[in-house]
Amino acid sequence: MKLVNRIALGLACAMAGSAFADTTLTVYTALEADQLKAYQQKFEEENPGIKIKWVRDSTGIITAKLLAEKANPQADVVMGVAASSLLVLEKEGMLQGYAPKGVDKLSKAYVDSANPPAWVGMDVWGATICFNTVEAAKLGLKKPESWHDLTKPEYKGRIVMPNPASSGTGYFDVSAWLKVFGEKDGWTYMDKLHDNIAQYTHSGSKPCKQAAAGEFPVGISFEYRAAKLKEGGAPIDLVFPKEGLGWDVEATAIMKGTKNADAAKKLADWSASRSANELYEKNFAIVAMPGVAKPNAHIPGNYEQLLIKQDLKWSATNRDKILAEWTKRYDAKSEPKK
Amino acid sequence: MIALRAGGRIAADRSQQVAAGLLWLLAAALVLGLALPLAAILGKALTGDDGRFAGLAQFAAIVGEARFWDAVSNSLAVSLTTTMIVLPLAYVFAAALTRTCMPAKPLFRALALTPLLAPSLLPGIALVYLFGNQGLLKAWFPDGSIYGFWGIVIAEVFFTFPHALMILVTALSVADARLYEAATALGAGRIRRFVTVTLPAARYGLISSALVVFTLVIVDFGAPKVIGGQYNVLAVEVYKQVIGQQNFPKGAVIGMLLLLPAVLAFVIDHLLQRRQRALLTARAQPLVVRPQAWVDVLSTVACAAIGGALLVIIATAVAAAFIRLWPYNLSLTLAHFDFDNMDGGGWAAFYNSMKMALATSVIGTLMVFGGAYLAEKTRAAPVARQLLKLLAIIPMAVPGLVLGLGYILFFNNPANPLHFLYGSMTALVLCSVMHFYTTANLTATTALKQLDAEFEAVAASLKVPFWTTLWRVTLPVCLPAMLDIARFYFVSAMCTVSAVIFIYTPDTVLASVAVLNMDDAGDTAAAAAMATLIVAASALICLVFSVASWWLSRRTQAWRIR
Repeated sequence: MKLVNRIALGLACAMAGSAFADTTLTVYTALEADQLKAYQQKFEEENPGIKIKWVRDSTGIITAKLLAEKANPQADVVMGVAASSLLVLEKEGMLQGYAPKGVDKLSKAYVDSANPPAWVGMDVWGATICFNTVEAAKLGLKKPESWHDLTKPEYKGRIVMPNPASSGTGYFDVSAWLKVFGEKDGWTYMDKLHDNIAQYTHSGSKPCKQAAAGEFPVGISFEYRAAKLKEGGAPIDLVFPKEGLGWDVEATAIMKGTKNADAAKKLADWSASRSANELYEKNFAIVAMPGVAKPNAHIPGNYEQLLIKQDLKWSATNRDKILAEWTKRYDAKSEPKK
Repeated sequence: MIALRAGGRIAADRSQQVAAGLLWLLAAALVLGLALPLAAILGKALTGDDGRFAGLAQFAAIVGEARFWDAVSNSLAVSLTTTMIVLPLAYVFAAALTRTCMPAKPLFRALALTPLLAPSLLPGIALVYLFGNQGLLKAWFPDGSIYGFWGIVIAEVFFTFPHALMILVTALSVADARLYEAATALGAGRIRRFVTVTLPAARYGLISSALVVFTLVIVDFGAPKVIGGQYNVLAVEVYKQVIGQQNFPKGAVIGMLLLLPAVLAFVIDHLLQRRQRALLTARAQPLVVRPQAWVDVLSTVACAAIGGALLVIIATAVAAAFIRLWPYNLSLTLAHFDFDNMDGGGWAAFYNSMKMALATSVIGTLMVFGGAYLAEKTRAAPVARQLLKLLAIIPMAVPGLVLGLGYILFFNNPANPLHFLYGSMTALVLCSVMHFYTTANLTATTALKQLDAEFEAVAASLKVPFWTTLWRVTLPVCLPAMLDIARFYFVSAMCTVSAVIFIYTPDTVLASVAVLNMDDAGDTAAAAAMATLIVAASALICLVFSVASWWLSRRTQAWRIR
């Protein structure tokens, strides 16, 4: 009897709950798990009645998931996903252009040029090498200064980098090398680098975490994870290779056909607001709103100048082709060749 | 008088009707949770991108890729090597448990079965800390060579050892003493007796355990995912295609191919078991084991070494969970249990797993036992009974990865009226119940077969409906077997990764999946922490079940003693 009562009560609650529920936005994201909470809290605090449900994975996987669900999209908003991925979705006609309140206050370089913009940038994340000084001293490794240094034989089996097919960080590394070295020399460079790579990881954070743990002394990663780990006491130095750093913009976009358009716009508005940018600033050296970023002890003040000149549209248009070639060359190998 | 008899017949008819209804209901559940998802995979594998029938075109395309054959040969190499290592180890251990007077047998037995409490990801994580570049014993595998072939093999040896052991213990615990006496009388030495008597008698057990180990390894993707490095195997390839590229047709095709070795092993095993029954005769004399100092000492040493190695792997993962920053800061911390600030789903994942495992345990036990009872003990609905028996043996041959993939393809189809189940806890529970159905069903059937069919015959002639017999006679007698099934379901559901990796959603993320995701994100220590929690929860439940089983058998099994 008691059980029956309890079930009845539960059902009643569930029904009442759905009748008066807040709007729940399904938001696909590639943001780091340790960033999500702060963003969600602040947004929900400023927008009572709207709740965020995150679906989180690496950039490549979120992109593949969104593309696979094209016929029947599950996401209302995409937030914190690489602009080069969002441009792929835009090409497929999956995004709903929207100019958030105050979008004119953001740097033009980090907002889609279309009107209304299909995506609006939040922050920039770029390549950084995590270099474990303790292990390097044991192994007699010199600190690399350039991307080309990494192809020296002394680093054989000492380097980890993210798989570009699954990781946004991995993808901008590869696209930057092709851009800076040229298509032909870029692949030649990666052939040589491949000989020194111990593992390609699933996520962009893992190489730096492995470097921090000394598992592999050199990890190709990005500046937020590197600075965070160094702050936490890991014996790593951050290296910014002198040929220039690949980068991408973490951006927000609304999915076409969302049933929660109003709430989705609220989230897009918030993502472009000063209060959101102040949260991004805690994690990133460059944010979309000029003048908000503060210097970070572990990241040089001229970080923005170290980034390469890059055309995100080119990265997006060639994404399929580049990833197919990369997978053919390096992922199919069961073991590092030669 | 006539009225009374007619009344009895009506009661008996109703009993038959109820039994038939239940049988059809269970058969329908198995069709829904097993047959249709499998059919969905086959359909997907045969359908092209454009939605038209493509025949074997997609198989041909994949078989033409060098990458595929790399994965095939890697999978075969890993599976064969693991089998060749596990068999002798498990044989020695099983022989020590059954054929010697080694001390502390229950302890060794328990130690050898502990890997059953852990997901296959755990040995992978432990090996990083043992043999990785910062491992305690890194000199054994210099320059990260643990990532790859040997890493996978060692992890799989850990993972499959108890499975091989259980089969071999059963095979070795029956022996005909007369054969040994005859051999000794004819002057056969120890080795000759082993080759001519022991091995032939155990050969079915050996083949059976070899097949089980081979199949478990070739379909497992937990260990190669964590410790495989760039060494690509088929199971990981399915995962990469489905999760990484969302390429469902390709995943379905490789999944179908992965079904081949499992089905083949299953068929061979069944054919052999049929032959084995003729082996033991009614006149066989049980073998009495006598103490032999040097054999017992050697056995103890061997079992201590093997058990110790298994223990080291678990202990390493547990230790890793509490160390702040291996190898630079060895202070102890609970920081890695702060799952809510990490990838993987947070503490919710652990609670979800507990809920899922409990539900699987309760529903699975009721379903399996009910099904086995109705199929064995009633004569209602012959078609449904045969269907149920047939479907019940299929899960053994279906890798979890394939079943999970079938669930997405079947339930995530918007045209399916059961679409609402997609991603729900119900789907996860149903999938787990199905995935482990065969083993549970074998336990139930064996227990039921111990009961004479007379009970039902007498009940029928007394016009007692079947549920009265079930409640008064069958259930009390079969309680220990039911507890076994419930425990098996709980522990298996707690540890499974492969069956659920495709069908969880952010709301229903599970602990074993969290282990995988945290390792993917580089939070190895947190992954170890979650794996530790899984082992602890499984161990606790096993303990609870042992106590319950002891208490219940005192109350219900007293008749066995006399």
